[in-house]
Amino acid sequence: MSEFADFWRAAMRQGMGQTAFLRALGGELVEFEGGRGRMRLPWSEKLVGNPDSGVVHGGVITAMLDQACGMAIGSALRAPMAMATLDLRIDYMKPATPRSDLLIESECLKITREIAFARARAYHDTPEDPVAIATATFMLMPASAAMPKADQ
Amino acid sequence: MTVARPDPNAMLRAVPYCAWLGLTARLENGAFTLDMPFDAKLVGNPILPALHGGVTGSLLETAAIMQILWETGTSGLPKPVDITIDYLRTGRPVESHARAWLARQGRRVVSARAEMWQEDPERPVASFRGHFLLANGE
Repeated sequence: MSEFADFWRAAMRQGMGQTAFLRALGGELVEFEGGRGRMRLPWSEKLVGNPDSGVVHGGVITAMLDQACGMAIGSALRAPMAMATLDLRIDYMKPATPRSDLLIESECLKITREIAFARARAYHDTPEDPVAIATATFMLMPASAAMPKADQ
Repeated sequence: MTVARPDPNAMLRAVPYCAWLGLTARLENGAFTLDMPFDAKLVGNPILPALHGGVTGSLLETAAIMQILWETGTSGLPKPVDITIDYLRTGRPVESHARAWLARQGRRVVSARAEMWQEDPERPVASFRGHFLLANGE
């Protein structure tokens, strides 16, 4: 494993990606390293978008796929950078199964100086039978761009 | 035939995720505006701080679904087929709003657009387009 991933491992230990919204959803970061990663989201009542079927809201899946793409990119960087989603395209391949955990796997496809590309999929049993597939583009900025000015 | 449409705010309250996000709706001239109050749980970037991209997506997709339900008069929820979100500005920790419109309504599939903004509708935070499968027409 390359030494440039050290900063990423340290950031993960310090809670990188453990955002308020992910915690509120009940989502978990399983692992992210070397441009790939996995997340998990246990089903819960508050995530339901269709009260008749118990299927989770599409926005819940959007949140998990967005974050999984961003973190796959973060884990592929050679130095800490700030990033922001430019666009996110999601194809919903089949309805999520009520009361089943969602698993998400993602990979960084390419990093350029200012732009990074990633994709992710959400599934229950096997990634070959996805609930949704995402393609995302992120903008990369100097890490200082994401720091509060008052603290510098 | 005129059908009494259900109260949009009662519909939002009946959807657990929409109630959890605190979404409410206003109807003006046949178009909904959805309002989402800021809450600390919505933050996805604690340093800026900024709304999680998934929060933005959730508000936009809900706006599209509400507008589709209203304009098509269908009772079952439309199913998203594909969506695209362009993130234009940072979603700041303040109240957010979204409005949707239908670009094309077919018998089975609707193409919807939506925009989210905060203080200024002229400065959108994100724009959305998506295809939805209508629940009726079986």
